[in-house]
Amino acid sequence: MAVVRSLRGIGARVINAVWRIGFGSRFFLMTLVYSGTSFRRFRLIVREMFSSGVMSLIIILVAGMFVGMVLGLQGYETLKRYGSESALGTLVALSLVRELGPVLAALLFASRAGSAMTAEIGLMKATEQLSAMEMMAVNPIARVVAPRFWAGVISLPLLTAMFSSMGVFGGYVVGVVLIGVDEGSFWSQMQAAVDFQHDVMNGVIKSFVFGVAVTVIALFEGYDAPPTAEGVSGATTRTVVESSLAILILDFILTAFMFRGD
Amino acid sequence: MERTALDLWVGMFVVAGIGALVVLAMKVGNLSTYNVSESYQLQAYFTNIGGLKPQASIKSAGVLVGRVTGITLDTERYEAKVVMSIDKRYQFPKDTFANILTSGLLGEQYIGLAPGGENDMLKAGEVIKKTQSAVVLEDLIGKFLYSKAEGSK
Repeated sequence: MAVVRSLRGIGARVINAVWRIGFGSRFFLMTLVYSGTSFRRFRLIVREMFSSGVMSLIIILVAGMFVGMVLGLQGYETLKRYGSESALGTLVALSLVRELGPVLAALLFASRAGSAMTAEIGLMKATEQLSAMEMMAVNPIARVVAPRFWAGVISLPLLTAMFSSMGVFGGYVVGVVLIGVDEGSFWSQMQAAVDFQHDVMNGVIKSFVFGVAVTVIALFEGYDAPPTAEGVSGATTRTVVESSLAILILDFILTAFMFRGD
Repeated sequence: MERTALDLWVGMFVVAGIGALVVLAMKVGNLSTYNVSESYQLQAYFTNIGGLKPQASIKSAGVLVGRVTGITLDTERYEAKVVMSIDKRYQFPKDTFANILTSGLLGEQYIGLAPGGENDMLKAGEVIKKTQSAVVLEDLIGKFLYSKAEGSK
C-alpha cells in the first residue's frame, strides 16, 4: 500500500506541476494582452519602477562595486603569474559585461524586488483585494500585474548596466589605484577587447530576458499563492528559488547561443 | 497629472541607468573608436588564414588602419578571400604586401600591410596581389623536424 501511496503522490506532484506551468503560461499571455491598458496609465508603471528599481539601487551598486573589486584582486593574482597584468581590464570588463553583471544583478533583483512583488500580490489576494477589484469590474491583471511586470522588465536592464559600470569602476580602483597596474593599458586593452554589439548589447539582451523571467515568476507565484499567511510565505520562498534557477539555466542557454566561439 | 517626488526619483534612476549604458559603450567598449562611415573595401587572397577572424584589426606600421569585414572560401581557387575595410584617410600603393601576423607569441592574429613603392594607389574593391599566409605552428615544427632529419643523414 505504501508503494501505491507514494506512486500516487509522485503522480499528483507531476500533474500539479504541469497544471501550474499551463496556468503560468496563460497568466503570462494575459499580462501581455493587458499591457496596453497599463501603458496608457504610465503613472502606475512609474510607481512600481520606484519600488522595484530605485529601491534596489543601493544593493545593486554596492554589490557591483565589490564584485568588481574582487575580480580585480583575484584576476591580478592569477594574471601576474603570466606577466600579463595589463589584461586585467579586459578580464574585469568582459566577465562583468557578459556574465556576472546580468546574472548577479538578476539574482539580487529576484531576491530584493521579486520576493516583495510576490508577497505584495499574495497579501492582496489573501485580503481579497483582488476579488474586490474584480467586483468593481477592474481587471486585477491590468491594474496590478501588468504595471509591475513592465516596471521589472524596464528596471532590470538599467540596474544591470549600473552594476557592470560599478564593477568596472571597482576593478579600476583595486587594479589601478591600489595595486598599480598601468592605467593606460588597463583601459586600452579593455576597449580593444570589449565589442559594443557583441558584448555590451548581448549583456543587455540577457538582462532583458532575465527581467521577463524574474517578474513573471514573482507575479505568478503571488497570484497563485494560497490565500493564507503560510501560503504567502511559501510563495515568496518559491519565487526566490525558482527565479534563481531560471536565471542560471537561461544564462547557460543564452550564452550557448550568443558566445559560441566565432 | 502633476509632477511628484516619485517621478523625480524614477527619472534619476532611468538617467543613471542610461548613463551607465553609455559608459559601458564608450569607456569600456569600443564604440568611441568606431567609425564606419569613411572606409573603402579591399580584398586579398590567402592560401591559409590561420586563426584570423572577422573584426580582426588591419595595421600598417603598427597603426590601426581598418578591420577585416568578411572571410569566405573562394571555391574557384580554393583560397581564403578576405574582405577588408580600410579607413579612407589611408591610401596604399598597388604593390602593397598583406601579411597575416600574430601580436605577441600567443596573441590575436591581424593583417599587416607593408606598402610597396609604386605610384598608383589601390582603389576601392581592388585585390591586393601580394599576400603571405599565416604561420601555422604545426607546419613550422614539421619543417624543422624534416630539416633535422635531412641534416642527420
